Amino acid sequence: MTEAKKYPAPQGNPETQPFWDAAKEGKFLIKRCMACGEAHYFPRSICPFCFSDKTVWEESPGEGEIYTFSLMRKSASGPYAIGYVKLKEGPAVQTNFVDCDLHALKIGQKVKVVFKPTDGAPLPFFTPV
Amino acid sequence: MSIKGKAYIAGIYEHPTRHAPDKSTAQLHAEVAKGALEDAGLTSADVDGYFCAGDAPGGAWPMVDYLGLKVRHIDSTETGGCSYIIHIGHAAQAIAAGKCSIALVTLAGKPRTSVMAPRAAGAEADFEAAYGATTHNAYGMCAMRHMHDYGTTSEQLAWIKVAASHHAQYNPHAMLKDVVTVEDVVNSPLISDPLHRMDCCVVTDGGGALIVTTPEIAKSLKKPLVRLIGHGEAMKGPRGGKDLDLTYSAGVWSGPRAFEEAGVTPQDMKYASIYDSFTITVLMQLEDLGFCKKGDGGKFVSDGNLISGVGKLPFNTDGGGLCSNHPVNRGGMTKIIEAVRQLRGEAHPKVQVPNCDLALVHGTGGLLGVRHAASTAVLERV
Repeated sequence: MTEAKKYPAPQGNPETQPFWDAAKEGKFLIKRCMACGEAHYFPRSICPFCFSDKTVWEESPGEGEIYTFSLMRKSASGPYAIGYVKLKEGPAVQTNFVDCDLHALKIGQKVKVVFKPTDGAPLPFFTPV
Repeated sequence: MSIKGKAYIAGIYEHPTRHAPDKSTAQLHAEVAKGALEDAGLTSADVDGYFCAGDAPGGAWPMVDYLGLKVRHIDSTETGGCSYIIHIGHAAQAIAAGKCSIALVTLAGKPRTSVMAPRAAGAEADFEAAYGATTHNAYGMCAMRHMHDYGTTSEQLAWIKVAASHHAQYNPHAMLKDVVTVEDVVNSPLISDPLHRMDCCVVTDGGGALIVTTPEIAKSLKKPLVRLIGHGEAMKGPRGGKDLDLTYSAGVWSGPRAFEEAGVTPQDMKYASIYDSFTITVLMQLEDLGFCKKGDGGKFVSDGNLISGVGKLPFNTDGGGLCSNHPVNRGGMTKIIEAVRQLRGEAHPKVQVPNCDLALVHGTGGLLGVRHAASTAVLERV
């Protein structure tokens, strides 16, 4: 049995704290701008598309597909696969793919968010559905 | 208002070392500064502008003091490996505005001797740091998607390394001097899919420096005249994750700006220094700069098209970062230096491009698959 990989705890800040509070309840949040209607990730208080401050938190089912990935063959903590997921809502999310055969990952594969514990708030990862 | 022809590169120096455990980083900066000043025929007392990036220990103020400079213009723009290409554009602006007349640009460091300190985190840290983006996998993600969208192959990427190795065999200072084949590259171990070990640049200690000056001062010196006639810079990142497309770089913006200012086209270039942290970096940038259509990069680089004397676009004739030198994990400085050598006619005779009067320098800094800067410079022999 291999020991579970240890991930760094998010530091948090006043702008992003609601995201981490929701993560503790297993909820994955994105931000949406009420002025231009666009969703974005990672969350900002000012919309990166239209600069409106009318951004609101929105719970996402955390579903999407793999846009790209790369399998790092060696590291101090073993092989890992970094990549981007394009969420159904639109925004791309940088992540690692977990709980799966890393050699079987494919662009376009359907994935879903899964949280992994840290010493602080849990972190979002994605796994094939 | 344009910087076209307002500044000349009058001094160049690439440190011959590739491993420097016996030297300090500041010392390497001083050695390359001395080398570039001697190449130009100037002294440190002549320098009135200083440019450095994140590799300078402590930033500009300790470096200016350590080097004993007395400057009236300072610029420490930090955009990773392409910082120095941005610096020559900024130096030209400063010279054109009369803010300085002899600018020194230095790069040096020792990543092969000791691990480098990580870059300071940005606003994204909590949402990215845990996922372990490195140079290898960030560029691997770009290559993976480029292959998916355009059918680019590992064999096509390998041709870029093959071309670099053909040039490196003539460079006595190159870290890797052996000529390699496409088979050698695709059979080397996978580092981060789909990039193999030989798709990656070398890690070297060392550095380089430049002297940028006014037309009048350059003409009073003894070196062949090389001037900057076009310059562009740009940045690209996921920008909230909308329409993420990792198959193009910020070169799609910096390139046209530089070509327009210079009044030339990619097809006019006799030689190109193209940032080669990885083979995919070269392929994407060639497309982004307009040497071929987006998606045709694989075909463009194949069959020796980048080999001097063989193909249509001689590139990185010193062996580049893939084979010769990538000091401090930052390839922008050596890209400028080899382009100036080509324009002066000082490249190795086996790789010197005949009558090389127009050259391109293009670089990327940061992580191509995450967020990065790009800078393009068009240089002309007068």
